[in-house]
Amino acid sequence: MSASSKTSVYAPNPFVRIASDGTVTVVAKHFEAGQGAYTGLATILAEELNADFGQVRVEAAPADERLYNNLRFGQLQGTGGSTAIANSYTQYREAGAKARAGLIAAAAKHWGVPAGEIGVEKGQVSHAPSGRQADFGQLAVIAAGLAPPEAAGLKDPAQFTLIGHQDTRLDIESKVNGTAEYAMDVRLPGMLTAVVARPPRFGGTVKSFEAAAALAVPGVTDVLAIPQGVAVVAENTWAAIRGRAVLSVDWDESAAETRGTGELLAEYRALLEKPGLPARKDGDTDAALSGAVRTLEANFEFPYLAHAPLEPLNCVVRLGQDECEIWAGDQFQTVDQANAAAAAGLDVRRVRINTLFAGGSFGRRANPPSDYIVEAVHVAKALGGRAPVHLVWTREDDIRGGRYRPMYLHRLRAGLDADGNPVAWQQRIVGQSLQANTPFENALVVDGIDLTSVEGAQDLPYAIPNLSVELHTTTIGVPVLWWRSVGSTHTAYAIEVFLDELAQAGGRDPLELRRRLLANQPRHLGVLELAAAKAGWGTPLPAGHGRGLAVHKSFDTHVAQVAEVAVAEDGTFGVERVVCAVDCGVAVNPAVIRAQMEGGITFGLSAALGEAVTLDAGRVVQSGFGDYKLLRFGRHPRIEVHIVPSTEAPTGVGEPGVPPIAPAVANAVFAATGKRLRTLPWGR
Amino acid sequence: MATFMVNGQRYQADVDPEMPLLWVLRDVLNLTGTKFGCGQGLCWGCTVLIAGKARPSCTAKAGSVQGKEITTIEGIPADHPLKRAWVAEQVPQCGYCQPGQIMHAFALLSENPEPSEAEIAKVMERNLCRCGTYVRIEKAIRRAAAELRAPREVRS
Repeated sequence: MSASSKTSVYAPNPFVRIASDGTVTVVAKHFEAGQGAYTGLATILAEELNADFGQVRVEAAPADERLYNNLRFGQLQGTGGSTAIANSYTQYREAGAKARAGLIAAAAKHWGVPAGEIGVEKGQVSHAPSGRQADFGQLAVIAAGLAPPEAAGLKDPAQFTLIGHQDTRLDIESKVNGTAEYAMDVRLPGMLTAVVARPPRFGGTVKSFEAAAALAVPGVTDVLAIPQGVAVVAENTWAAIRGRAVLSVDWDESAAETRGTGELLAEYRALLEKPGLPARKDGDTDAALSGAVRTLEANFEFPYLAHAPLEPLNCVVRLGQDECEIWAGDQFQTVDQANAAAAAGLDVRRVRINTLFAGGSFGRRANPPSDYIVEAVHVAKALGGRAPVHLVWTREDDIRGGRYRPMYLHRLRAGLDADGNPVAWQQRIVGQSLQANTPFENALVVDGIDLTSVEGAQDLPYAIPNLSVELHTTTIGVPVLWWRSVGSTHTAYAIEVFLDELAQAGGRDPLELRRRLLANQPRHLGVLELAAAKAGWGTPLPAGHGRGLAVHKSFDTHVAQVAEVAVAEDGTFGVERVVCAVDCGVAVNPAVIRAQMEGGITFGLSAALGEAVTLDAGRVVQSGFGDYKLLRFGRHPRIEVHIVPSTEAPTGVGEPGVPPIAPAVANAVFAATGKRLRTLPWGR
Repeated sequence: MATFMVNGQRYQADVDPEMPLLWVLRDVLNLTGTKFGCGQGLCWGCTVLIAGKARPSCTAKAGSVQGKEITTIEGIPADHPLKRAWVAEQVPQCGYCQPGQIMHAFALLSENPEPSEAEIAKVMERNLCRCGTYVRIEKAIRRAAAELRAPREVRS
């Protein structure tokens, strides 16, 4: 996806350029981490441009929030919250429409015919009355000499030929032949590689270090103190890793977190007994609970989770006298630019970011302190700008490096009336804030409630008259971060499993109870009914099998999933089939949507089955894929995805596939065994 | 001076015999299609063929592969049925693990042109994919296997 700027002659706006050979380059303001944003943005723009999709290329936008801000994030360029398509849809349509209008104006001038008689189709501009025809490349030169059109009409969606139809991704071939460029693959002349020794406990700092042994490793060039620890710099990655292995560092752990998982759990369990800050209060929950015919209570426990993208965090920095150039699978350009500028002592406009393919992220590469980028800048600075430097995290660094999905505990209580209808619902949540001490705190922490701690719970869609949601925000020295689907990673599980418990206690079918409580939620109902019908809800299953369902809205996208499990006599189980229904508004690229649902289901199932980061006296116990267990090939279920036809504005699909899968499977396991799974991970 | 036979080419380089083949490929020979995922032999993102056998290159020492034929993702032709199947099934998401997946599938089909579901699972169990493309990897392997068995039928 290299730039074609040399031959680009018509650039009517920051989002598209047309070259003299007819190549259309769409400039993507969102990074591509596998979620399909490049293909989506190109599809939207090419639709209004009436381009031939075979001539469309994508390149990453430079870091410049004045042109490329995420419209949902204010003056900030970045990707997250499943917003890439949602915030860009109208913007990229308009960019394509204006470029088309410019080509039409050029043809009208060139041919001396009225613009209204000119048509554009599949990269060809034509004037039917005279039979004249030209391709985009021929008209680009003329269009470049005209004033760009101020406005252009958008198509009637009924006329779409790409949106809703374009089903091949633009990034597949390079990823199959091995030429796709990730930051890990950047090779600059004279580039050195650095790994960093970081404190074994969060909050530790360097007291002193002894560099001689590391410097004696062939290939190691420098051992440098940086604010985050001690960097070992070498001529190749292997030498840097070996150098670090023999480096001796004395750490100051006086301010470090020293609690272990057991102690944190005990503190969290004690908090569950006390009322928290109110996040939502409808009716009188206490009175309704005491007046209920039957009450139920259940606690749920969720561990710290690592993002563990397959490409470990890494970043290349070239630091000059008055400029800094960065190569990264960059997810948070404006934040990273500001943090890099501060670390380098430069103006933000002197920091250039080359955004490359990211080998997965799941939220990890968008972090408020820009940890891996700032480290790289500090190493480059400590080298005095002598050489470009590639900072690489190893897998151990990734698993032990923090910024986890926080540990959470939930307590749910509910009251049923004589007919088994829920009349009271109380949800109490305990966990760390994702937004505290970040630039987003002002916007996302309201009256002491971090909205991302309670999302999915505070906006519970079920019609229950007496409802309370409470939050205890804890302060722990373990760095935390949003993790694919954020608050819904835990709220959806507690809610959807507990609702199943209410259905069972009230003698109601889980689908029927949800239908009743979602009577005023048409989009929830839409996906629920579709998934249930496609899965054959209510039809008999073989012995030892169970079926469970869950429905959840996150990032304005509604998803329902029905899981079928087969339980063996020893209690182990396999997920055999998952039927997923998704309503994300206009389906821009149906194949990408299906892939994101498949990916989200696998991601959510992986965490529920085996993922947990635990602490022993403040030290992370896990160190790699041997003990941080990701789902492997043999446990992947068959997945069917059904997309609800919609003309609503498009919403995201990167995250919303995750939340329903774990509760759907837990409910299926209950259906097969009568056992509730309330502690995550379930274990193998 | 060590000698490496990679994708039919002969390379000479002065490297520590203890250096893992992964870093020889990436940092010395500049063949970056082979990916670093864990360095522990647990994700197989760095899978290459050593004398025809799939191995994680992060656990193979430079000194142990002297004179052995090494094949990396760059050495599989673009029109090979496996690569075409990967495109047809639109397998990659982030794409980072896919060179390793393709190399392992290549070795699987070389040894067993007609693998059962269980045989595919047994081999591909070693390769992690964090994006969850397993469903499509399975389809792509079946598609490629079918084409390798009856090339003309499928291509027509």
